[in-house]
Amino acid sequence: MSLRVALVDSGGTNIGSVSYALERLGATARLTADRGDILAADRVVLPGVGAAGAAMRRLRELDLVEVLHEVHAPLLGVCLGMQLLFGRSAEDGGVQTLGLVPGSVEPIRADYGVRVPHMGWNALTELVDDPLLAGIGEGERAYFVHSYAAPVGPSTLAATTHGDTFTAVVRSGLRWGAQFHPERSAAVGARLLRNFLTEVDR
Amino acid sequence: MTLARRIIPCLDVRDGRVVKGTRFRDHVDMGDIVSLATRYAREGADELVFYDITASPEGRAVDLDWVTQVSRAIDIPFCVAGGIRSVDAARAVLHAGADKISVNTPATQRPELVTELADAFGVQCVVVGVDSLRDEDGVWRIRQLTGNPDATRALPVTTLDWVRHVQERGAGEIVLNCMGSDGVRQGYDVQQLAAVRQVCHVPLVASGGAGAPEHFVEVFRDADVDGALAATVFHSGDIEIPALKRRLAEAGVTVRTVPELTA
Repeated sequence: MSLRVALVDSGGTNIGSVSYALERLGATARLTADRGDILAADRVVLPGVGAAGAAMRRLRELDLVEVLHEVHAPLLGVCLGMQLLFGRSAEDGGVQTLGLVPGSVEPIRADYGVRVPHMGWNALTELVDDPLLAGIGEGERAYFVHSYAAPVGPSTLAATTHGDTFTAVVRSGLRWGAQFHPERSAAVGARLLRNFLTEVDR
Repeated sequence: MTLARRIIPCLDVRDGRVVKGTRFRDHVDMGDIVSLATRYAREGADELVFYDITASPEGRAVDLDWVTQVSRAIDIPFCVAGGIRSVDAARAVLHAGADKISVNTPATQRPELVTELADAFGVQCVVVGVDSLRDEDGVWRIRQLTGNPDATRALPVTTLDWVRHVQERGAGEIVLNCMGSDGVRQGYDVQQLAAVRQVCHVPLVASGGAGAPEHFVEVFRDADVDGALAATVFHSGDIEIPALKRRLAEAGVTVRTVPELTA
């Protein structure tokens, strides 16, 4: 696979795992914070683990906020990376995020006896037909770890339920996001990443 | 469709190999870390825990090479425990590719460590392992330095208070190792786990005592834990994960099933 994949150096601790998952699919991702590298890539992946405030600070320090707005290639945000695509996160007292996908991120409510963080394998439901989800069936499980989530909205491609039902996969134009960790979601995650590499711009 | 209960094999690691035996003595080599981890992932384990048994007692740092190898090889999450006493040590393990880090004795020695780890990496990365035993007065209290029987110490804090405390400090998950049932294979300590469940609002993982598939059914049904950890029954082959998951599903426990293995 000769695609140029840019893995944005957002400082999250899952960067290695995402990179290895792409390697397992035969792709090589370049970890970069360089504007030229990111804009020249065929695919851009925004990973992220941690808190929204610190992640946005880092993207601003690296002058990457504007760069991410200029990306025309397919872009995939993973976990916190997905949350950053929305306009606003309630985390850290309220953080303005990238605004690349309409919507916002709220705390998961620990009502109905559910535990927070939402940690483990949950079912993908309400799937919308999309190349990113090709071959992934209703009810298949993916690995989630998070305490904040985006409510289901018009951009939602798949949902999951933990107390409330919230967004598991989102799309706006050529920007996609997965709340779960495809790099740690066995066959389902590998299929999503493969689709991102080979299916989304067909 | 809701969150699945997790089955978590635990692998003891020493000098880059998986070993079995009592935690400190008489280790039997069980094989290569990466090949065992890959096998469990393929069989449908939901997560793996690696406990570096060389690390904690001597205060050695976790050797990171095998962490990277595991991260490259498997596509399910894994946690590394043992010898992590600082944010820097945790960062190195996480950057090597672990998804979570677990602290036990160091948290009992310096509880601020839990806060520091949660601030640095988010609560979702921070697991607190708790070794607990019922004392003669009938109260569960925690132990430290359990990796070495000669060094193990009983602490005055009760298990329930400790579980409350570490959550306030930022624990994102609790692994409760019930020492009284550990290694006996007569079932998890459902009574203790159910009591801890009442004060534990983050995910709770049961550890210690698994001997039969029915023990997993009981602990999910009666203690409402989120995950169940075991070592020997998986390593010995006495319980195979696909069969265990079928049994759990029949009993009404929500689990993740994986497609039948193709040879």
